[in-house]
Amino acid sequence: MKYHWNWGIFFEQIKYGDETYLSWLISGLGWTVAVSLASWVIALLLGFAIGTVRTTPRTWLVRLGNAYVELFRNIPLLVQMFLWFFVVPEFLPRNLSLWVKQEMPAKEFVTATVCLGLFTSARIAEQVRAGIQSLPRGQRMAGLAMGLTLPQTYRYILLPMAFRIIIPPLTSEFMNVFKNSSVAFAIGVLELTFQARQMQEDSEQGIETYLAVTVLYFVCAFIANRMMAFIEKRSRVPGFIAAAK
Amino acid sequence: MLGQLDLSVLKPSLPFLWTGLKFSANLTLIAMSGGIAIGTLLAMARLGKSRPLTAVASAYVNLMRSIPLLMVILWFFLVIPLIIGKPIGAEYSALITFTAFEAAYYSEIMRAGIQSVAKGQVMAGYALGMTYWQTMALVVLPQAFRNMIPVLLTQTIILFQDTSLVYAIGAKDLLKAADIAGKNYNRPVEMYLFSAVIYFALCYTLSSIVKRLQIKLAVVR
Repeated sequence: MKYHWNWGIFFEQIKYGDETYLSWLISGLGWTVAVSLASWVIALLLGFAIGTVRTTPRTWLVRLGNAYVELFRNIPLLVQMFLWFFVVPEFLPRNLSLWVKQEMPAKEFVTATVCLGLFTSARIAEQVRAGIQSLPRGQRMAGLAMGLTLPQTYRYILLPMAFRIIIPPLTSEFMNVFKNSSVAFAIGVLELTFQARQMQEDSEQGIETYLAVTVLYFVCAFIANRMMAFIEKRSRVPGFIAAAK
Repeated sequence: MLGQLDLSVLKPSLPFLWTGLKFSANLTLIAMSGGIAIGTLLAMARLGKSRPLTAVASAYVNLMRSIPLLMVILWFFLVIPLIIGKPIGAEYSALITFTAFEAAYYSEIMRAGIQSVAKGQVMAGYALGMTYWQTMALVVLPQAFRNMIPVLLTQTIILFQDTSLVYAIGAKDLLKAADIAGKNYNRPVEMYLFSAVIYFALCYTLSSIVKRLQIKLAVVR
């Protein structure tokens, strides 16, 4: 195996320009974190809404929720990226379409965030549904019998418990968001994977580049994991779900 | 708008897309078989008595599961040629990568599967005078597989979707074929939509089958 090692490469200047490779990686990390966190917010809001709707007694809402989940779960993320980037703008009204294609600020970032957010929301919706359905039937009945409306029953009884139950799968989903954000390179978001490929081509120090980027992804996943563990600990209901673990 | 879609480009591009789909399917099937085989060994190593073996297997599985698949694809594409000293095509690189990567995920499933087999079964195997390998092969693994078939298949559907990521190293799978055809006919919108429809139809059908299988298996048990 012939390979010319150069660990100082990160502090060297890029071929054309006066940035260092390190600055590329740092800005890449910034975009990765930005895309991941922004899509995580979208995913949580939509995921909880759709997951909840799928457990209501309204059949048409349940069907709609199911269709949403099936749609986003059965198309590869990369294909969805291309759909949002190349296909969706074509179907918008003419003026809006032109604006999106030519003037929308941070077009790649917005597209990737929406795409990853909706993709993840379908997976969260599935977990929320499972979480709510895992609660004893009596909880819902008791809520309604106490005179709470259906929304109140969800707000004060079902959702707080369901949220705590699904924290472990939500944790892996949060880590997945960081991993999946790498797919955004394909539509030109300058995130970590994009910078890794760029730096590898520019510097020809592939192993050092990929090692650094892999470590950065690793750190992201680890921090995401610790954050969720903290929330899990803080939101534990004494004597209730703590025992389940 | 919808009316502007030119669906006439779909027909001439079908043979091309078919080659791409065949590659995606082959990649899925090979990575599935290889991944389940290696994954089962990894799971056995993690549950076995040998400390170093357990440590190595868990380290491998945890490492693979915490890096994005895209990075793994790029890693293998970079490193394999350095190790064997000559370039291998994107297609072969993809085969090796997906087998190695999916093995980690399948091993977690098989670990759960092996743990789902009652302990008495293993003891009974030993009591009958069977060796470790005989107990595993004749008693534990058949039951573990049976219990885990739906989960293994669900993972395979995810694997099929993930094969689209070979786009990053330029292997010609279904998505890449659609991409190329879209550029050739200057009709990217139609081709991306069409590829999405194909992926959806296949994955939806497969997951409905898995759901039905799940019910069937649950009743038998």
